[in-house]
Amino acid sequence: MSLRDAAVSISARPADPPPTSFPRHVRVLTTLAALAMASAAVFLTWGVNGHWDYALPRRAEQVIALAVVGAAIAVSTVIFQTLTTNRILTPSIMGFDALYALFATTLVFVFGATTIDTLNPWVMFSATTVLLMVAATALYRWMIGDGSRGLYTLVLMGVIAGTLFTSIQNVMVRVMDPNEYDTLLNQLLPSFGALDTKVLTLAAWVMVAGTVVAYRAAPTLDVLALGRERAIGLGVNYRRCVTWLLVLVALLVAVATALVGPVTFLGLLVANLAYQVTRSNRHVITMSAAILLAVIALVLGQALLQHVLHFNATLGSIINLVGGVYFIVLILKESRS
Amino acid sequence: MTSTMRERTTAVRVTPWVALAAVVLLAIGSLVVGAADVRLADLFTLSDDHGLLALSRAPRTAALILAGGALAVSGLVMQQLTRNRFVAPSTAGTVDAAAVGVLVSLLLFASAPVMAKVLISTAFALAGTAVFVLVIQRIHFKDIIFVPLIGLLLGGVYRAIAEFFAYRENLTQSLAIWMNGDFSGVIQGRYETLWLAGIAAVAAYGFAHQFSATALGRDFAAGIGVNVKRVTAIGLAIAAFTTAVVVVTVGAIPFLGLIVPNLVTMVVGDNLRRALPVTALAGAALTLACDLLARTLIFPYEVPVGSIVGVLGAVIFAALVLRKGNRYVTA
Repeated sequence: MSLRDAAVSISARPADPPPTSFPRHVRVLTTLAALAMASAAVFLTWGVNGHWDYALPRRAEQVIALAVVGAAIAVSTVIFQTLTTNRILTPSIMGFDALYALFATTLVFVFGATTIDTLNPWVMFSATTVLLMVAATALYRWMIGDGSRGLYTLVLMGVIAGTLFTSIQNVMVRVMDPNEYDTLLNQLLPSFGALDTKVLTLAAWVMVAGTVVAYRAAPTLDVLALGRERAIGLGVNYRRCVTWLLVLVALLVAVATALVGPVTFLGLLVANLAYQVTRSNRHVITMSAAILLAVIALVLGQALLQHVLHFNATLGSIINLVGGVYFIVLILKESRS
Repeated sequence: MTSTMRERTTAVRVTPWVALAAVVLLAIGSLVVGAADVRLADLFTLSDDHGLLALSRAPRTAALILAGGALAVSGLVMQQLTRNRFVAPSTAGTVDAAAVGVLVSLLLFASAPVMAKVLISTAFALAGTAVFVLVIQRIHFKDIIFVPLIGLLLGGVYRAIAEFFAYRENLTQSLAIWMNGDFSGVIQGRYETLWLAGIAAVAAYGFAHQFSATALGRDFAAGIGVNVKRVTAIGLAIAAFTTAVVVVTVGAIPFLGLIVPNLVTMVVGDNLRRALPVTALAGAALTLACDLLARTLIFPYEVPVGSIVGVLGAVIFAALVLRKGNRYVTA
């Protein structure tokens, strides 16, 4: 019996009402895909006023960047939630992106502005990513431990770790000289308004590769979602799988953070919405839905921000406001069950 | 009497004096260290050529002692009232709500005097903390870890609100200053509001017995004639006022109100009459020490003391959370 069969046979729900024409997940995913297309079309065409040759390439680049970010955040969050078997923890809540910013600062601090400026931006991106992958995997392996720490302890540790990384980074930023700080800002400043497209090609390829790996690992993830003991019982090499999947999560977080900086609550929103609309336990389905939802949220959000709010807010702050309230509701609901 | 008990009583007796000595020594250090030379002898002969000591060094030292001591005391009061040792101004949304208050006072009454800012900020801090208290009262499962977690997240939401409006009004930089304490701007005439925080901390001492009784349980406190609701309201008001004053005057000092009371009560026990003065002294000493470090790290420039305390506080907070006994398998 393959892992997929095992997972399906264990996680099979009591029979859903008979499908009318297509299974639920096909309908949901098709609708989401259509919505994602529609929001991309809105973003590309809203208020162009005839300057197509100028607007289209730039806007297309932005849509691609937003899609790369959305996919990376969605996939990494779904994987991380499966590894920790809960629906509240996300990589950003656990301080992954604060760690990324800390490493970028450390690199500029140690090697100096002139070295970093003359380097290819790809080198900087790769160096930070590799550092994040090593450190995050080691740190969060230790934090998750043998599973004896409660969920709330983990979340609290994550929040504290995030504060710690940010504080260390603050001290470094104050200590470094202004030229180094300028260089650092170029590395860390990116936001949704001013996407860093220099590393876009590399980031896009890394994202695609990471997502392919994630989809290939989907059957294993389905089994891991059953919990540590059952997964081991079904023949998963638990320690190795968790380590490699954490490496993958760190890689995807690095991609997203390099392009737009930290967006704390986006992953939480889209992952939980994806579980709700698909009502599925299969990662192929939940990951696809989460990716599409993230793309819709980012592209539509950015379009509204540009044309309705006239840039008078940041997408990050809006997402954090909505996501923060949602998170508190979610955690209160969890505490009652 | 066993030897460990004797050691403990010795520790209880010695700690206040050690803390006091630390404050005095660090305060002298704070008076002497800086870009302009001040020699130890100058302190005793009171030779103050350019008015440097009276205008800058002495106010700064006083501000550090007042802010550090008062924040630590308000943290201890909040821990006792919520019966959770991880609850403090920075983990109950109080600091973030106070920052929202300062923002509102700036937007509505741009030229308001400092006291008006303090009062508006206090009102917001109090309201923000009240929301936190209401939320945790509705939780059936009052886990020691869960309660501060809710507070931190609630604080995150307040901060997101503050950031949203600060961005629209071009005040994100000011917001960053309120959230990260820095004493480099303290000179005579610009720190005196902090004395109010000191007075609030002394007032807390007057209610020490009532706070202690409330910490033993609502029913017990009511049984010995304590008006629990009134005492809780007074305690939270003191904490909110202290936090607001500090945020308005020098900016928040993260986790100070959390770690100092925890470390102090580990040594001297939970008797508030005994723990409060030691907590105040230890808070002042820690703030002085961190500020000295902040001043010497890139001498003659400075790092904000909030970042230094943030690093130290986060490490100690994490160590406290991971200590054995806080682990549990469920949930």
